[in-house]
Amino acid sequence: MSLITVTSPHTTGQRNHTGAFMRQVIYATIPGVAVLTWLFGWGTLFNLIIAVPAALIAEAAVLKARGRDVRFALSDWSAVLTAVLLAIAIPPTSPWWLIVIGIVAAIVVAKQLYGGLGMNPFNPAMVGYVVLLISFPLEMTRWIAPHEAPSWFDSFRMVLASANVDAITGATPLDSLRTWAGNAEQLASQPILHGSFAGAGWEWVNLAFLLGGIYLLARKIISWHIPVGMLAGMALIALPFWLADDVRYASPLFHLFSGAAMFGAFFIATDPVSAATSRYGRLIYGALIGVLVWVIRSNGGYPDAVAFAVLLMNMAAPTIDYYTQPRSYGHRKAKRGASR
Amino acid sequence: MNASIGKPRPLFDFHGGIHPPQNKELSNQRPIRQAPLPEQLILPLNMHLGAPAKAIVQVGDTVLKGEKIAEAQGAVSLPVHAPTSGKIVAIGPRPIQHPSGLDAPCIVLEPDGKDLWCELHPLPDWQTCCPPSALVARLREAGIAGMGGAGFPAAIKLSPKPEHKIDQLIINAVECEPYITADDVLMRERAEQIIGGIEILRHILKPKEAIVGIEDNKPEAIEAMRRAATGTGIEIAVVPTKYPSGGEKQLIYMLTGKEVPSGGIPAQIGVVCHNTGTTLAIYRAIVYGEPLVSRITTLTGKALAEAGNFEVLIGTPVASLLKAAGADMDKIGRLVMGGPMMGFTLHSTAIPVVKTSNCILAATEQELPAPATEQPCIRCGSCADVCPADLLPQQLYWYAKNQDLERAQQYNLMDCIECGACAYVCPSHIPLVQYYRFAKGEVRNALQEQQKADRARVRFEARQQRLADEQAEKEARRKARLQGSKASAAPGVDMAALKAASLQASAAYKAAVKALKAAEVDGRDQLAALTSEVEQLKAKADAAKAAVRDAGNAPAAPVVDVAALKAASLAASAEYKAAVKAMKAAEAAGEDVSALRSAADALKAKADAAKAAVRDAGPAIQTAAPSSASAAVPEKSDDTAQRAQKMKALKTAYNVSHKQFKEASAALERAERDGSDNLDELRKQVERFKLKSDKAKEALNLLVDQAKADIRASGSDLKSLKIEAAQTEAAARQKARELDAAKINGDDQRINVLTRELEALKREAEVAAGALKAAIDEQGLADS
Ligand code: SF4
Ligand code: SF4
Repeated sequence: MSLITVTSPHTTGQRNHTGAFMRQVIYATIPGVAVLTWLFGWGTLFNLIIAVPAALIAEAAVLKARGRDVRFALSDWSAVLTAVLLAIAIPPTSPWWLIVIGIVAAIVVAKQLYGGLGMNPFNPAMVGYVVLLISFPLEMTRWIAPHEAPSWFDSFRMVLASANVDAITGATPLDSLRTWAGNAEQLASQPILHGSFAGAGWEWVNLAFLLGGIYLLARKIISWHIPVGMLAGMALIALPFWLADDVRYASPLFHLFSGAAMFGAFFIATDPVSAATSRYGRLIYGALIGVLVWVIRSNGGYPDAVAFAVLLMNMAAPTIDYYTQPRSYGHRKAKRGASR
Repeated sequence: MNASIGKPRPLFDFHGGIHPPQNKELSNQRPIRQAPLPEQLILPLNMHLGAPAKAIVQVGDTVLKGEKIAEAQGAVSLPVHAPTSGKIVAIGPRPIQHPSGLDAPCIVLEPDGKDLWCELHPLPDWQTCCPPSALVARLREAGIAGMGGAGFPAAIKLSPKPEHKIDQLIINAVECEPYITADDVLMRERAEQIIGGIEILRHILKPKEAIVGIEDNKPEAIEAMRRAATGTGIEIAVVPTKYPSGGEKQLIYMLTGKEVPSGGIPAQIGVVCHNTGTTLAIYRAIVYGEPLVSRITTLTGKALAEAGNFEVLIGTPVASLLKAAGADMDKIGRLVMGGPMMGFTLHSTAIPVVKTSNCILAATEQELPAPATEQPCIRCGSCADVCPADLLPQQLYWYAKNQDLERAQQYNLMDCIECGACAYVCPSHIPLVQYYRFAKGEVRNALQEQQKADRARVRFEARQQRLADEQAEKEARRKARLQGSKASAAPGVDMAALKAASLQASAAYKAAVKALKAAEVDGRDQLAALTSEVEQLKAKADAAKAAVRDAGNAPAAPVVDVAALKAASLAASAEYKAAVKAMKAAEAAGEDVSALRSAADALKAKADAAKAAVRDAGPAIQTAAPSSASAAVPEKSDDTAQRAQKMKALKTAYNVSHKQFKEASAALERAERDGSDNLDELRKQVERFKLKSDKAKEALNLLVDQAKADIRASGSDLKSLKIEAAQTEAAARQKARELDAAKINGDDQRINVLTRELEALKREAEVAAGALKAAIDEQGLADS
């Protein structure tokens, strides 16, 4: 008999490992990745094949340099998840070096230099994405027109950076919208803007990610506050503008099912480390991301805005937490902020 | 009593909670068994919350079952009784269940096997025989502590303050922790006695309702209790299974919708809560007169072949129980007293069962595996989702880890009930509760420091007050002297009038202080006006006091100009001495000294006369002497002494301003919470106090450094401090003697005056002694 001395509780729930959480999120991206592959060819899969090992290598290298237990730290799956999210976010036409640079920015700079998992104030995948978007705007905006998927061989050549990508690229619905906003005639004549119920092709991408998101909610991997807040925020601000001027502004439905809306709402904004953490805080955090996405989409210089909106709100998260403490048992009112 | 059969009480669901596997069937399948008599019973003197009991037996004494062997010390304390008849074989430290793992004083009893009761005094007619307060005293004498929680003396909960009207008596029979079934089987087997205990509690507390809360996973117990409660008006409320619904605060909320205020007690919201086992013990203590000497303890875990519930004598070592339950000692991986969620691991099987031990869990390695390695917090929020106190455990963890106690408290650290739900769900396996316990300990330490500083402030203020008094006294005396020199006889002093005036003034002052405090609490904005008013009144009261005191020192007798007399006496004796000297010199030179001698004799006579006059001037001079001696100390021109004085003042000033700053911050926080509109003003106030305290601290540091350097250089300061300490002590002693004398004479006024003065002198002596000690410590010397 050996008596160990530890504090209570002496038992913990089954199956709840940080690694398991992360893996569930990765599984939930499967429908989205499938639709992306169906619409745009093998590019996204190639992205994944390059990003995941790159992320593991980068993470292992830094962990080793920091003198950490590499095996143990890698078992939290967080590097893999970051790689998967970044691989999905960047265009399926990306050359390998673009992916590698993005991974290094995400894993080494945004995560490990801040102290590793749990310490990063910014969403690593989005930092990687924004670094790439700013440094390589051309490569980062080359999307393929939906249903024009290149063969796996062409995709492979794109990854090796030896194919002429421009021949098959086309504008995304958000690109078109930005170009033709205010011009009723053009708007009406752009097929990309008129899919089954939102931008062509992208409505299916978003639907697939919504599906994955619902799975995460059902498994209680994420709470509803951030996605609901973000989608509601986006829709609620889009509605009055669209009602007032539907030539300049897109409909809430179009916004909800365009670009990275669903992916962002369920997979990006919900990154717990860099998000607000209280219940009300998350609702506010999500809503403000939604509003920001709409603002940048409608007025900014970039067609999509999830990455910027998320990073901006990452900065605001501590402040939001500060003012959204729940009312604890036995207190008449919630504490707001801290008096120092 | 409104027991509404058929219409269940509306339940309020508390936030969070978890559903860990119950594992109750391991131990609730068998009836209660009697645990065998162990070779020795080990009875800790602090089985309850509060002051430890004091042994009243000696080694070698023989005692009977139920005999008191240790007696309560103070209000929050309980006696200990012999659980069986036998011999006391040792009194000394033994390992007990305590997180620190330290041994604690215990009485060791060797049973004689006869189990003979001492004479008991049952009260079967408790309803009519005596008032509730007598029953409560009985329960206290029976050593009854809360048997489900921390072991708070039951009698205290049964004597709520008169302003706390008790509406609900709640019996906590929830037993939400996994594995534990002690209350479950107790209710199945002894429901009548439990209900009887509730009747006694109702008789004592007279609540509007009496409710028993039971989790819905104990159908048999519910059935038994319903049956026993029929016709009594006691309500059996079934609550859904969810951990920690048996937490006192959670259960109260579930049944009444009322929340125990943070830092408060249930009585404040009209609720008293007792545990099932306690209720039974109360029944037995009253109806049979039995003190608390045994309890039901669950022995469970997969390392036991014969798990179940045992009636265990308090003090039985765990080893003996494990044997009775067929433990496979090699299989035990973790030994826990209490349940798996909130229990404490035991570091030895020699540890005895105490009044609060509801469960011994002997778990195998597979059952309760060693904790997994801690991973970083990913702020997933799972912990916040399950926290029954609605805290943000992830934030608490962050601040506790970084030792930011202030923020941790801002996030309501002290409201954490240590239920462990957060750690249970944490995917990163962070031992969150461990962090909270540590941080709470730190907060409590800090609080103690704060209280120390408060006491220092009180001392300082008292001293300031006394100095002011003295000053006023001197002033008054000077005035009296002036008057006295104008008129040869001083006018009689109207003591009664003066005293009345003084009392009035101090009453006015007190009232003003009260008003000020109230205003501060409300955060009203005329604080400044009130403060100045208080200041004025204080000055008035002080002056009046001084006048009374002055008059008391020179009671109605004609005022003699003592100082003048003294001066004359001194001058005369100096003259005499000079003459003697001159005479001696002349003698040495061989001159005629007869003339000189007669002159000297004349002078001597004069000096003696003067001295006599001084002596005759009465006790006034005696009282003046010590106070002038002590007054001389601060007047020393020696600058190290001055610095010491200054240092002391600064230290206290810092403590005071820091305290004020803290208070102001708290007021600000309160105001912020209540959304009042004078926030800016309060903020400014906080700033001001902070500045003040910082400045004081800075100055103090400077001085301390200087002093340190000086002391190192010379070491002379010690001497003056020693002298000061000795002087003040001597003065205090002298005053005490005077006081005794006055007491013999029975002079009330004088006794009052002297008592006050003595108090002041004592404080002064304390301060001086403290300073001396500090200086000695500073130099690293032992007191020689
Ligand atoms: S459950 Fe654990 S990992 Fe999640 S937020 Fe709480 S402490 Fe952090
Ligand atoms: S241990 Fe404290 S913080 Fe954790 S769930 Fe219980 S009350 Fe909340």
